[in-house]
Amino acid sequence: MALWTPDPTFYPSPRDAAGAPAERLAYVAAFDRSARRPDAIAVLDTDPSSSDYGTVVGWTDLPHTGDELHHFGWNACSSALCPYAPHPHVERRYLVVPGLRSSRIYILDTKDRISPEIVKVIEPEELAKRAGYSRPHTVHCGPEGLYVSALGGADGRDGPGGIAILDHQSFEVLGRWEVDRGPQYLAYDFWWHINHDVLVSSEWGTPSMIEDGVVGELLLGRKYGHKLHFWDLRKRRHVQELDLGDQHQMTLELRPAHDPTHTYGFAGVVVSVEDLSASVWTWFRENGAWQARKVIEIPAEPADPAGLPDVLKPFGAVPPLVTDIDLSVDDQRLYVSCWGTGELKQYDVSDPFEPVEIGSLPIGGITRQESHPSADGPLRGGPQMVEVSRDGRRVYVSNSLYGAWDDQFYPEGVGAWLAGIDADTFTFDERFFPHGDDFRGLRPHQVRLQGGDASSDSYCYP
Amino acid sequence: MTVAAALLLGAFHGLNPAMGWLFAVARGLQERSRVRLLASLPAIAAGHLGSVALVAVVVGVTGSLTTSTMLSMAGGVVLVGFGLWRLLSKRHFRWVGMRLSLPQLAAWSFLMSSAHGAGLMLIPVFTGLHAGHAGHAGHALSGGLGVAALHTLAMFAVAGGIALTVYEVAGLTMLRRAWFNVDRMWAAALVGAGVITLLNA
Repeated sequence: MALWTPDPTFYPSPRDAAGAPAERLAYVAAFDRSARRPDAIAVLDTDPSSSDYGTVVGWTDLPHTGDELHHFGWNACSSALCPYAPHPHVERRYLVVPGLRSSRIYILDTKDRISPEIVKVIEPEELAKRAGYSRPHTVHCGPEGLYVSALGGADGRDGPGGIAILDHQSFEVLGRWEVDRGPQYLAYDFWWHINHDVLVSSEWGTPSMIEDGVVGELLLGRKYGHKLHFWDLRKRRHVQELDLGDQHQMTLELRPAHDPTHTYGFAGVVVSVEDLSASVWTWFRENGAWQARKVIEIPAEPADPAGLPDVLKPFGAVPPLVTDIDLSVDDQRLYVSCWGTGELKQYDVSDPFEPVEIGSLPIGGITRQESHPSADGPLRGGPQMVEVSRDGRRVYVSNSLYGAWDDQFYPEGVGAWLAGIDADTFTFDERFFPHGDDFRGLRPHQVRLQGGDASSDSYCYP
Repeated sequence: MTVAAALLLGAFHGLNPAMGWLFAVARGLQERSRVRLLASLPAIAAGHLGSVALVAVVVGVTGSLTTSTMLSMAGGVVLVGFGLWRLLSKRHFRWVGMRLSLPQLAAWSFLMSSAHGAGLMLIPVFTGLHAGHAGHAGHALSGGLGVAALHTLAMFAVAGGIALTVYEVAGLTMLRRAWFNVDRMWAAALVGAGVITLLNA
C-alpha cells in the first residue's frame, strides 16, 4: 500500500541520513553449515533501553535447507527520492534474502512484527530462466528496481556471473541487467555512483572456484578475481576494466562515497599471493578514465606452522584476509575486517587517498583467538561482515565468512558471535555480544539494520 | 474561466516534485551551480509544453472531425479511465540516468508529463474551447495551443519559484514530511476532470 508521505526511513542526502534515529532491531543472516537444518534470519534487539538489548528477540526459519544465506538487502531505500523517477511513497518493508548456495531468493516482510514473515520465494529456475544466473549475492535498491548480483551462470554454465533485475513491487525476475558485458566474466559485489550514471562491480570466482573452499592451485595461479569493472548504469554497458594486478587476489567489497557529487570509493582485496598481505584501494576518475591506488596495505603475520590450519602451513604466516570493509554514511570512517589475523581496523578517510588508522580492535583470529570482554574464553573466526549505523556511532561485526572457507581457515570450528562496538571510543559494547548457542548452531553473516545502514542506501542529493 | 483553469492547473503541475523542479534542484546541487538549476527549468518547461500541446492538437483535430458532444464524451471517458488506472496501478514512471543534456532533459520532461497525464488533465478546458468555437475548428486549435502555453507558463513560474526557494533557502530535508503523495491527488484530479467533461458534454 502506498503511503501519503514518504517512508520516514528515506533521506534525500547522506547528511540527513546521518541524523536518523538509532536502529532498534538488527537482522542477521544465519546459516547451517551442515545443511541439515534450515537457515534463518535472526533478529537482534539493538535498543539500549530495552531489557532484551543485545539478545536474539526474533527468529524466522526458512522453509528449505542448504540455502547458505549470505548477503541481503531492502526492497526500497533512499534512492526512491531520486529526481528522475521519484516514488517515495513505497515502503521500506521487505528484506530480499538470497541463498548463495541454493540460488533461491526469499522475500520477507518485516512490517509490524519482530520475526519477519516469508511472503514470496523465487526459485532458482526463475532466476536461471529469466536472467541466466545462479548464486545470487549482493542486493541493492536502485533506479530500475532491485539489482541482485550473482556469481554463477545457469543451465550448467559456471559463468559468467552478473546482475539480475527484479521488479521492486512484484519481485519477479525481470532479466539480465547487462546489455553489453564486455570482458567481464567473474562477479561478486557491485554498487554505483548514482548521480554519475556509473555502476562498479568486483570479482570473486565462479561457483566451481569457491563452493568447495579456496582452491590452492587457482589462488597461486592467480585465477581469482583481481579487477574492477565500470559500467554505464543507464545504458547497461561495460565501460572500463581496471586490473589491480593479478597478485591481488579477490577484490571483494565495494564502498563508493555516499556523497553523490564524488566519484571515489574503496575496494578491499583479500590477499596478495606475493606476500599474503591484504589491501584497500581507492578508485577515482581522472581525465575521464577510472584508476585505482592502493591506500592501505596490511602485512601478514609470521606464525609457527604447527599452529596453522593445513591451508596456511606451507606459508608459515597468517594473512590478514580483508574480507569486508564498510564506509560510514558521512564518508569519514572506513572499517576494515581482518578475518585471518582477527582485528577490526578503523581508519579516518576524510582524505580518501591518505587513510589514517585511528583504532584497532582485536577479536578472534587464526592464531590469536582473542577473547571479548563478555566471552568466557578464546574466540575463533574473526571480524567479518561489518555494518555501521547511519549516524556512524555503532558498528556491528559478525564472524563467519563462507561455510567451506570457514572450515579451511578455522578447522576446529569457527563458532558464532556478533559484537557491537561503540564507534566513538572504538571499544566493544559489553552488553552487545550474542554468541554461541544464541544463534542455535547457525553461523551469523551479514547484519542489516532496521531503517537502513551504511551499506544499504544511495542518495541523489549532496 | 478558461484562462484561470489553465493557470491553476499549471501551478498544480509545477508544484509536483516529479514534474521537474526537484530534478532542476538536483542538477544545481550536483554542480553547486544556480546557473545549472536555472538552465534546466526552460528545458523542463519545454517538455511539459510539448506534452500538453500534443493533447491540445489531438483534441483540436478530433474536434474538427466530430461534434463537440462526441468529443467531450470521448475525452471524459479517456480521462476517467486513465485516472482510475493511475489510482489503482502500483506502477510508476521509470527512468535511469541523472546526467542528461538539456534536450534529453526536455525529452524526460515530455515523457514524465505524458506518463502522468498532465495534458489529459486539461481536456475539459480544450473541449470547452471547442464548444465555444463551434464551426471554427481552426480557432479552437490555436486557442488550445494558447491555453497550453499559458498553462506551461504558470507551471514554469511555480516550479522555478519552488526550485529556487528550495535551493537557496529551504533545503531538501523538508521533502521527507512535505512530499505529499501527489500521485493520488493527480489521479483524483484526472477522474474529476473527466467527470466535469462528461457533465458538460
